Amino acid sequence: MGNKQTIFTDEQLDAYQDCTFFTRKEILRLHGRYHELAPHLVPMDYTNDPDCKLPLALIVNMPELKENPFRNRIVESFSEDGMGNLSFNEFVDMFSVLSETASRELKAIYAFKIYDFNVDNYLCKEDLEKTLNRLTKEELTPEEVELVCQKSIEEADLDGDNKLSFADFENMITRAPDFLSTFHIRI
Amino acid sequence: MTRTNLPGDARERITRRSPPRNVAGVMMMRMRVRTRLPRRSEEEQPIRRKEAKPRTVMRRTVMQTKERRGRREERKEGRRRRTVRLSLQQTHSLHSPFPICLFCSSSSDSNSNSDEEEESMSEGEMARLMEEVEEKKKLIANIRNKPWRMKRRLVHLKEAQQFVDKFEGALGKGKGRKWYAYKVMMTKKWIKFQRDFENFRTACIPWERKIKEVESHFGSSVASYFIFLRWMYGMNLVLFGFTFGLVVLPEVLMGLPYGSIPRKTVPRAEQDTAQDYSVLMDFNGYCKYSVLFYGYYNSQRTIGLLKFRLPLSYLMVGIGTFGYSLMVVIRTMAKNADVGGGDGEDGEFTFAWKMFTSWDYLIGNSETADNKYASITTSFKESIVDEQENQKDENIHLRRFLRVLANVMIICSLGGSGYLIYFVVKRSQEFANRDDLSWYEKNELELIMSLLGLVCPPLFETIAELEDYHPRIALKWQLGRIFALFLGNLYTFLFALFDEVNTKLEEEGSIRNASIWAMKEYYANFTRAINDTESTPPPMDPADVIRGPCWETAVGIEFVKLTVSDIQVSYLTILIGDFARAVIVRFLNYCWCWDLEAGFPSYGEFDISGNVLGLVFNQGMIWMGAFYAPGLVGINVLRLLSSMYYQCWAVMATNVPHERVFKASKSNNFYMGLLLLILFLSLLPVVYTIMTLPPSFDCGPFSGKPKMFDVIMETIDLDLPAFMGTLFSYAANPGLIIPAVLLMARDEEKNRRNNTDSTNQVMKDLEDLLPNRSLAPPPVPG
Repeated sequence: MGNKQTIFTDEQLDAYQDCTFFTRKEILRLHGRYHELAPHLVPMDYTNDPDCKLPLALIVNMPELKENPFRNRIVESFSEDGMGNLSFNEFVDMFSVLSETASRELKAIYAFKIYDFNVDNYLCKEDLEKTLNRLTKEELTPEEVELVCQKSIEEADLDGDNKLSFADFENMITRAPDFLSTFHIRI
Repeated sequence: MTRTNLPGDARERITRRSPPRNVAGVMMMRMRVRTRLPRRSEEEQPIRRKEAKPRTVMRRTVMQTKERRGRREERKEGRRRRTVRLSLQQTHSLHSPFPICLFCSSSSDSNSNSDEEEESMSEGEMARLMEEVEEKKKLIANIRNKPWRMKRRLVHLKEAQQFVDKFEGALGKGKGRKWYAYKVMMTKKWIKFQRDFENFRTACIPWERKIKEVESHFGSSVASYFIFLRWMYGMNLVLFGFTFGLVVLPEVLMGLPYGSIPRKTVPRAEQDTAQDYSVLMDFNGYCKYSVLFYGYYNSQRTIGLLKFRLPLSYLMVGIGTFGYSLMVVIRTMAKNADVGGGDGEDGEFTFAWKMFTSWDYLIGNSETADNKYASITTSFKESIVDEQENQKDENIHLRRFLRVLANVMIICSLGGSGYLIYFVVKRSQEFANRDDLSWYEKNELELIMSLLGLVCPPLFETIAELEDYHPRIALKWQLGRIFALFLGNLYTFLFALFDEVNTKLEEEGSIRNASIWAMKEYYANFTRAINDTESTPPPMDPADVIRGPCWETAVGIEFVKLTVSDIQVSYLTILIGDFARAVIVRFLNYCWCWDLEAGFPSYGEFDISGNVLGLVFNQGMIWMGAFYAPGLVGINVLRLLSSMYYQCWAVMATNVPHERVFKASKSNNFYMGLLLLILFLSLLPVVYTIMTLPPSFDCGPFSGKPKMFDVIMETIDLDLPAFMGTLFSYAANPGLIIPAVLLMARDEEKNRRNNTDSTNQVMKDLEDLLPNRSLAPPPVPG
């Protein structure tokens, strides 16, 4: 559009626009946000694709993530090393998946990853218990927690292995009326 | 082991040498795939290339022969083809990422074709190549949907783009080459243009920061109201653009100025008071004889140098307003239809959904987050209790009696409000004949209507407590009743207005005679005074001409007054109901016996349902009145703009997050459905008046015609070529029109049916709108 910015080359911006659900303005804004998390670490010039990762602790302090009980899991799911260190690419990826226009299937995949605490590609009882405790700040009694987890697995488990595989999860979540609107972060 | 981002080949080399054994299975897969990806890497190629070598060598020989012929284009194509063959080999080595398994066959086929001299690319190869290019293009279009890491996406994207670029040229062989290349270039330019336009459009979207702030404080359901408000503002802005550009501006620039003809001048009798503030506030005086209202416009067929046909434009803009609104609402509904995917019944995945979709990721404020934790806990406990108990129906007869009683009471109140409005309209007609009116008497009608809209819904809610329905069903009833209230009020108002219009039309008959009589008298006086029967007398001063009652302007004035009073009432309600309340609670709390903040009255919560319904009904009134008062749309645009800022400020400064934070659902389709219904209901009166009522004889763009739509007939007769006239007369055959209408109706039905998939979703959305409804089951006795 003719804006003279020197952070990215035009090809890079076009590539980002193709690879994410963001427009040019939003990508530049994202870079601004990434930069302000650690102004001394993050370079302003990304034209030669610098190598720069920000640690988990910085990212989860963003106002958009601060109050989220799953913030650590979110950042870990999008990081390559699984430890929560995000490069700018992964940062953009994270917000693109969580944006309003991302497709339902894509969101389901990442939701599954987020709620899979022990990263074994199944949502087993321990994962559900952890999720529930985070959601209710441990206000429920252990019996209630047990009941809820049991019921959830009963409802969604299709292949009867007493844990939720991705297929089970996807089948359940795509019918949820609220999923798209709650699994959304605006940046 | 931390992954480092190294550019280009270096990265690829490292990955291949030591693929890290990482726990994350995804990463492993990615690593594995990456080792197969690189194009320029040498180590990967040997396995494939050994097979391919003879072919590529032969290919190269053929190409070299061609090059020796010295034709520049063929050399270029040859180079492209060589790299084509090479990449074909490479892509053959890829697995899952690229769904291109045809390559297996293509490499074998190329063997047989390598002997051809002239057209080295046979038809089959071309077709295959085209398919491949299409696949790559599809990949590029869908790459953002793939659940890959960003780096992998970027790499694949770059490859796919380079592949497509190379091939687009190669494919343009044969007769249509230049045309194909041109087509490709235009497609690229079009895509680029679309992208730039999208960027421009998103850069223009206003109030993003504001809405985000509201969202993080109040959750997505409150913010959805503001998003809806912004959408309405956009639609009204477009409507304003049409009206202003095609109706108001031409009249102002090219039409006759104020004071030149009777309809544009304040009558002599009113001229003393025409500038008074009170008169202007009533939209009489100078306001009445301005571009704001129908009566100002001249019925001259063409105006100005450009021969602009104003009456035709007026009619078309009036109809186009409805058409555009319809199109926009349906398009938005269709877009939102696939968002609401829930067609499961209530009990299907209760716990699972609560577990995985109850947290609202938009929340960024700790107070809201605390509220949300509390409400999630409560909701789980309710479901657990539900699960552990059976619900028993208690004394069904009492319940039925109470429900019947409640319905009777509500029907009575609906009837009462309808009668009240009728009575007030009749009274206002009497008032119109008097001059000494207090402010209240002048604005009684509008005040009463607005107050009814404010008072009745809470009344209905309290009566509905008797009924003891499940909250979702109770909400359906409540909404139905509010709808009936609004419709009843509006249509009573319209009927009363029609009475007035008919009286005015009768009056018109006698005034017309009187004015012709007065004109004759004026000429007679003039000739007598001058004693010269041959000179033409100057026309009567416009201010002295006897005027007809001009019912369209009267209707327009009524609608404008209604809208203005609606604005005033809603702003005042916010000021008093929210702001004053917050100030009192905050400052009186220091010296009050009980805790004002925790108990009664405490701070207000944002009333989503009230505000949305108000917005929708207001838009209905605008649609109805816009035909008679072109300025109304402009007033509405100003109102929406100021409303946005005012309400954003009010919500942030005076409201607290809802105690029971609702399921945040995308309620937009519900609002859109309401809007669509209101659109049809407001279309009816306008169409009726256009079709049946005769326009006033001396004001407005249709004066002098028997019916308003005669303008179209006139245009067809005079402006369009003769054959079109006969064409239209054939097309106007009822035998053609009725099937066409039925077809359209059927398409509408189909459209609606496609949208009914989302009605269950819509019903779930409704729960948002109902405050203070707990889903706790009724207490079990014993």
